Amino acid sequence: MKIWLFHHRDAALLAWRRLTAAPLSSLLSLLAIGVALALPAGGQMLLANALQLAGTTSAVPQISIFMAGNAERRAATEIGARLAKYGGVKQVQFLPREETLARMKTSPGLRDVVDALPTNPFPDAFVVTATDDYPDALERLAVEFRQWPKVEHVQLDSAWVRRLDALFRLGRTAVMLLGALLGAGLIAISFGIIRAQVLTHRAEIEVSALLGATDGFIRRPFLYYGVLLGLGAGIVAWLLVGAAALWLRAPLSELVRLYELTLDLRALDGRDTALLLGFAAGLGWLGAMISLRQHLRQ
Amino acid sequence: MIRFDRVSKRYPPGVDALSDLSFEVAEREMVVVSGHSGAGKSTLLKLAAAVESSTGGAVLVGGQNLSGLSRSALPYLRRRIGMVFQDQKLLFDRSVFENVMLPLSIAGFPPREAAGRVRAALDKVGLASREKALPVMLSGGEQQRLAIARAVANRPRLLLADEPTAHLDGETAADVGRIFNEFHHVGVTVLIATYARELFPAARCLRLDHGKLLP
Repeated sequence: MKIWLFHHRDAALLAWRRLTAAPLSSLLSLLAIGVALALPAGGQMLLANALQLAGTTSAVPQISIFMAGNAERRAATEIGARLAKYGGVKQVQFLPREETLARMKTSPGLRDVVDALPTNPFPDAFVVTATDDYPDALERLAVEFRQWPKVEHVQLDSAWVRRLDALFRLGRTAVMLLGALLGAGLIAISFGIIRAQVLTHRAEIEVSALLGATDGFIRRPFLYYGVLLGLGAGIVAWLLVGAAALWLRAPLSELVRLYELTLDLRALDGRDTALLLGFAAGLGWLGAMISLRQHLRQ
Repeated sequence: MIRFDRVSKRYPPGVDALSDLSFEVAEREMVVVSGHSGAGKSTLLKLAAAVESSTGGAVLVGGQNLSGLSRSALPYLRRRIGMVFQDQKLLFDRSVFENVMLPLSIAGFPPREAAGRVRAALDKVGLASREKALPVMLSGGEQQRLAIARAVANRPRLLLADEPTAHLDGETAADVGRIFNEFHHVGVTVLIATYARELFPAARCLRLDHGKLLP
């Protein structure tokens, strides 16, 4: 086990030495791959911020339940109690008909109209926030609530929820597609660089094999090289995305403020950063592996 | 230690490098293979070192039939053989120390023990003071001695050498010959392909001609 660790340490150090032996060439390679990776990473950052923005708007998907006009307060109390115990409900706000009427009277344009009415036309109502705000889940809740006694109308603004959801799904797909395309690019670049490395170190490979090195021993420094290349490119991409977030923060905040929203643009969080670095290192390793399979035999 | 049993080696498109060759090298024995250029000396050594495989007959090293050896078992056999190549095959971007360290790293020696063995091997061939130098900074004789140090660092029981004194002047060649004779005296089995038969007085001689052993 200890020997195995020594071998890995030596292979990693050798890979590092080879990577830093030609700093300018390595830096340019890292930049080329890093810029390619920054595109999907930046897309993921914007998507995460858009989701955060959607979450902070007052337009969180809600269901409005209107009691029948002739329903007594007791019926509304029963519905309120039922909602409070209902599993899929996160939050319930009761709007008594009197309160609705009073609020309408405070509205300058409506006061005269409301005053002219002989009776209070507003029903008791509930505003429900669901635990699961996916459109399908909301739709199922609305269907359930419509069957409850003395409930006259259940309103769900599912159209915009669906539109928003579709938009996010499109964004996620675009980011994944971009990631896959540019990931393939990273594999191709890593393949080419490792091929050049194999050619450069052909004598060493031959000597090592003659001295009894296994295929694994010979491959190891090249695989570490691929991993270091991917990891370095991931770090470059992370820095680029971070810099872009810093530059865009002020103008974007100003833009969303015009819509009475707040957005504090954040760079990639810990999970996304780990994903980016892991993805890049993995692709570097994969490109090196494919290249070695092809070129070591030759 | 080594047994060739009716061994043949044919290279495409039908050139016979060795034909029906049979001989044995006993443990602790020193054998010199001599013959003119193209006689098949290097091919014989390549077969014994499992660098190439025979096209007929059987090559046995340490009782192991090389033709039945799997690809994955090959590296472990090579680690038990010390090989000095005709073109030395030194790594010119690595120091003297690192060149000798390579077979020990491959064999999985712990760094401290490996370093001790490297220094002992360099001391044996008189290069202890040059361990930090690059091979390009060494003379031809020193490079040959470095190749020998690398071959023996693993303390193999079998040492193979392909023209170890070629391109060396008389005095340097004698120096290199003395090193091989010393290894033979401490019990290492040595098989050398060489023109300079006189440098190895204790060795039995096999004479090759056009891939066949002369009586």
